Amino acid sequence: MQDLIRRYGMGLTVTMALLVAFWLVMLVIVPNITLFEQSFRPYLPVVEIGGPKDTYSLNNYAKVFNGTTDTTFFGFPITIPVHVMTFGLTIWYSMVVTLACFVLAYPLAFFMAKIAAPKSLPTLLLLLFIPLWVSEVLRAFAWWIILAFKGPLNALLLALGLIDDPVRWIVGYNAVVIGLTYTYVLFMLFPIYNAIASLDTNQIEAADDLGAPWWKIHWRIVLPHAKPGIASGCVMVFMLSAGSLLVPSILGSTTSQWFTQTIDQWFKDALDWNTASAYAFILLLLCTVFVSIALKLFKVKLSDIAK
Amino acid sequence: MSAGIDLENVCCDFGSFRAVDNANVAIQPGEFFSFLGPSGCGKTTILRMISGFIEPTQGQIKIGGQDMRGQRPNQRPTALIFQNLALFPLMPIWENISFGLEVRGVDRATRRKKAEELLELVDLAGAADKMVSQLSGGQKQRVAIARALAVEPSVMLLDEPLSALDLKLRQHMRAELRAIQKRTGVTFIYITHDQGEALAMSDRVGVMSQGRIQQIANPREIYNFPVNGFVAGFVGENNVFEGKLGQVADGMAAFETAQGTMRARLAPDAAKLALRLYVRPEHTALSAKKGTENAVAVTVGEVSFEGPFISVMSHAADGKVIVSEIRNDGSASVPEIGTKMFASFDAARAALLPDANIAR
Repeated sequence: MQDLIRRYGMGLTVTMALLVAFWLVMLVIVPNITLFEQSFRPYLPVVEIGGPKDTYSLNNYAKVFNGTTDTTFFGFPITIPVHVMTFGLTIWYSMVVTLACFVLAYPLAFFMAKIAAPKSLPTLLLLLFIPLWVSEVLRAFAWWIILAFKGPLNALLLALGLIDDPVRWIVGYNAVVIGLTYTYVLFMLFPIYNAIASLDTNQIEAADDLGAPWWKIHWRIVLPHAKPGIASGCVMVFMLSAGSLLVPSILGSTTSQWFTQTIDQWFKDALDWNTASAYAFILLLLCTVFVSIALKLFKVKLSDIAK
Repeated sequence: MSAGIDLENVCCDFGSFRAVDNANVAIQPGEFFSFLGPSGCGKTTILRMISGFIEPTQGQIKIGGQDMRGQRPNQRPTALIFQNLALFPLMPIWENISFGLEVRGVDRATRRKKAEELLELVDLAGAADKMVSQLSGGQKQRVAIARALAVEPSVMLLDEPLSALDLKLRQHMRAELRAIQKRTGVTFIYITHDQGEALAMSDRVGVMSQGRIQQIANPREIYNFPVNGFVAGFVGENNVFEGKLGQVADGMAAFETAQGTMRARLAPDAAKLALRLYVRPEHTALSAKKGTENAVAVTVGEVSFEGPFISVMSHAADGKVIVSEIRNDGSASVPEIGTKMFASFDAARAALLPDANIAR
């Protein structure tokens, strides 16, 4: 603080501090605390708010266990609360998206960091960035068109003779996974690219010189080095996917339901902000716990990711 | 096991730039061979071609008599020690050393045992479980050597591995490297821009400039009988005289310079080329009396004390600077600044040399 004042003067320092404080308090902390507080109160007609029925409880949170459905889990028939199932499927398909993003991003990141000529790198980055300039809504709709029953993908596959009949792509979570992977793959690509770019090329050559085949070089040298980048990419893609509302809404099928859609329905259809808030905090809390466990399992420290 | 290496008319182009031009050298099995040259002379390119990271544009590289064309670095019997060592920072020392065995499918216990043996060989016993970041520069150096030796290469390639060390350690590691080479009998190819390093360690030295090998010889010959001005200048200091060639007889020639007529050695095939006279400062003596030949009247200018010797810079009548070195053994007195003296040298110690052999 002393240093800042010396460098920028009192006026500017105070202004900056106040702006940061405003952003943090008014735009982050206060709204979240408001929702957090609401999540413990019942949904009441306006006249009863603040009345004797308006007491704190965990009832809103317990609502995820209401209303069961019958389904199968790895072949075993089970009975499970609908919203718990939605939550479980959201986590599961977010993991699938994360994995798909990794599988796509890692080779590309390696190519960009170690193989591509430095001259062609700006062009390559530009090609990757241009799609980001298009609105997420448009991109999701573009995929909806591509994957449509009478859409270009089926037309292409039919023309190539790879399929005999059009395939219904937008079934279950297929399109959601494709859409989310497409939307968030760059969030995986750049951290991994940065991590691999910082690897001394001599180490790859040294491993090669010592007789290592290419997969061994990746397994023992590149992957361990890139681990923090991979972890940070995975955390970002996972959290963004689990928290995405737009892509599941547009590309979802009749049989897919994302947990954010459930939250959205509580907000907008049921107009029950209290339960919606409770659900939102369940998602936030459990995703955080899940990510922490995953980081622990892969022995990555949060401070490594920050690098 | 060690193997010889033959480079036959090896060229390497990067685009229109010729990095290595027509390199021919036969390195013997078990030899300690150095490529010496300034940065950008193509010595690292030669090393990378031998290790297989670059394919020569033309010519042939043979290791142990076998043509290496098309062989990947991981298929060649060479082990490269990188300039920055390229140790794997995320593995403990013993895994670093045994990495080459790991990729060959050797089991863990054998690997561990081999790593410890090699650590002993390089005087680092007990460091097996340390991490790379815990070692000093010299220790990392030894780990890099052990890691390369682990795969039992026929040829070790060293790319200026001592350049990051401080002077004392560098001198120590020179002796160490030489000893390890003698103990293992592996062919060492050493790349350096430090002439002291090359001369002190090598059986033979190849001096390079601008992609061409200028001279291949043992260190003594390189220093005492350089074939051209570049080699003479790169491996040591010289007093250089410009002039015109006079009469030639019995490998000696007269040379007309601004400081008078001199006499010096002349290689028979060099007479047609543009020549300069080169003589080392330690062969240039200062005396009060004028000698019979190759004597220049000078005034003593600067005297600098270097420790083992005293360097005296003096000026001829026309301003030409002549440097002479006096051994600091008390046998000769250090001249006073401003003294009029004669700088002279033995004709057999001076040579008339052409410039560097460079690509057109």
